[in-house]
Amino acid sequence: MSAALALQNLEKSFGGLRVTAAVNLAVEPGERRLIIGPNGAGKTTLFNLISGEIRPDGGAITLFDQDITRVPSRRRPHLGIARTYQIITLFPGETLLRNVTLSLLGLSRLRWNPFRQLERQAALLARARAALARVALDHLAERPLAQTAYGERRRVEIAMALAQDPKVLLLDEPFAGLSIDERRDVLQLVTAIPRDVTIVMIEHDMDVALDFAERITLLHFGEVVVDGTRGEVVAHPRTKEIYLGE
Amino acid sequence: MKRLALAAGLVGLATVPLWVGGTYYVNIASQILIYAVFALAINVLVGYAGLVTLGHAGLFGIAAYAGARLLNGGAGHLAVAAGSLALTLVAAGIFAALALRGTGLGFIMITVALGQIVWGIAYRWISITNGDNGVSIKERPNLLGLSLVAPAHFYWATFAVFLVALASMAIFVASPFGASLRGTRDQPRRMTALGHHVWMIRFLAFLFSGFWSGVAGLLYLYYNQFVSPHMVTLTASAEALLMVISGGTATLLGPTVGAALVVIMKNVASAYIERWNFVLGAIFVTIVIFMPEGLVPGTARLTRWAMAALRPRGAP
Repeated sequence: MSAALALQNLEKSFGGLRVTAAVNLAVEPGERRLIIGPNGAGKTTLFNLISGEIRPDGGAITLFDQDITRVPSRRRPHLGIARTYQIITLFPGETLLRNVTLSLLGLSRLRWNPFRQLERQAALLARARAALARVALDHLAERPLAQTAYGERRRVEIAMALAQDPKVLLLDEPFAGLSIDERRDVLQLVTAIPRDVTIVMIEHDMDVALDFAERITLLHFGEVVVDGTRGEVVAHPRTKEIYLGE
Repeated sequence: MKRLALAAGLVGLATVPLWVGGTYYVNIASQILIYAVFALAINVLVGYAGLVTLGHAGLFGIAAYAGARLLNGGAGHLAVAAGSLALTLVAAGIFAALALRGTGLGFIMITVALGQIVWGIAYRWISITNGDNGVSIKERPNLLGLSLVAPAHFYWATFAVFLVALASMAIFVASPFGASLRGTRDQPRRMTALGHHVWMIRFLAFLFSGFWSGVAGLLYLYYNQFVSPHMVTLTASAEALLMVISGGTATLLGPTVGAALVVIMKNVASAYIERWNFVLGAIFVTIVIFMPEGLVPGTARLTRWAMAALRPRGAP
């Protein structure tokens, strides 16, 4: 079976700083992959390379055997890649419903239509509400994002990504800044995502993330140091040395 | 309540020639509506796309110069409108392709440069533009058998165009494309990650804005029956931008109110106050201090605040 997402010798440098060093990675369809590593390991850069926000200096990225290395960032959601951000990146002046609607519009030809009223696009709005219901926020659909709590915004990020029915979902620290209860809620939410969605997650909170991960990749200074099943990586001496501690 | 106020406002505007008293004031009202269309066009970029432009007087002027040359070349009024607006759209496309290479200050500076190029052509390419002397036209058109020579008739024709502009803006803003445009203003990076073509959205918005700038320029030409480099100066662009900012960006009513403020100050207050520029500047400073969001949203905010303060305690 071909990999859902594969990186081959992916490289990226900013000036003299090598942030991604010949990274090889293969994520199987439906897999739950966790990317870990200390601060500055190049985890978010890796996500930015996969989502196309920055261009690699070398190597290749394939999505279900399709080479997407040179595909513009804006085209990648159309091919099935969705992502969330470590630093919440939403539309604070808009309602939750409008935030998710913008996500749906990104993949819809309707986004070019300057004549029809958005408020009357019942099917689109119903899908947006359904996406909010998946993260248990449908009751706040009409509330401006600026009037919601941090944890709710994290869930809006996930709702926006899920609304696009992605094949590969990149979650960049979805538990960052959340309380214990909120972490539990978000974990339940992520765990409930069906298996036809492949998930790659960056997370520092090992207590939460280990429950989720099937395979783990440890990055350090842009390189893959350890890669394997959850048990293999956790038990690996390099993981303890670099990341977990003794 | 809102609809009632809107209807009353529209009836008031539609009947201006009947109650304003005198040809001079009817002409001032026509000017306000022409600049309101221009300010609405700029508002598409400044308010909804977050792209501040200081070169739109160039597009305003291109339509007017093209209209004047076509009319003097013997073209009919319909051909003049079609030809000058088509040329303005081409120019807007070129402006957009160049200016959208930058954002923020870069965008502003490129629009300034493009506006200055148009001004330079208007001033120096004498065989086309007649330089500083400008180009005159002989007549205003007849519309549906109605001569637009009479100030009241011209006002009503301008009012009709203004209504179409306003309606098109309202539809545009409420559309999926309008929502996408606002998204590119607030989070361009996020919009790209969601699959939106940010550059193309901005480009199309620029064309839409350019089209209505051209319509306003053509109205200006018919109003004055004259066009000169004065119309395409940097000051003209800045003045139109101030109309948008003072009235309230990203609102439909704001640019109209801003246009009324500037035109009235320039034409009416200047008859009584020699240093009217100083007064206009003071008004802008006052607006920026007390209503930084602009007159229309600022007044709405203060009204809400006053209503809340006047409401008896304990009332829902």
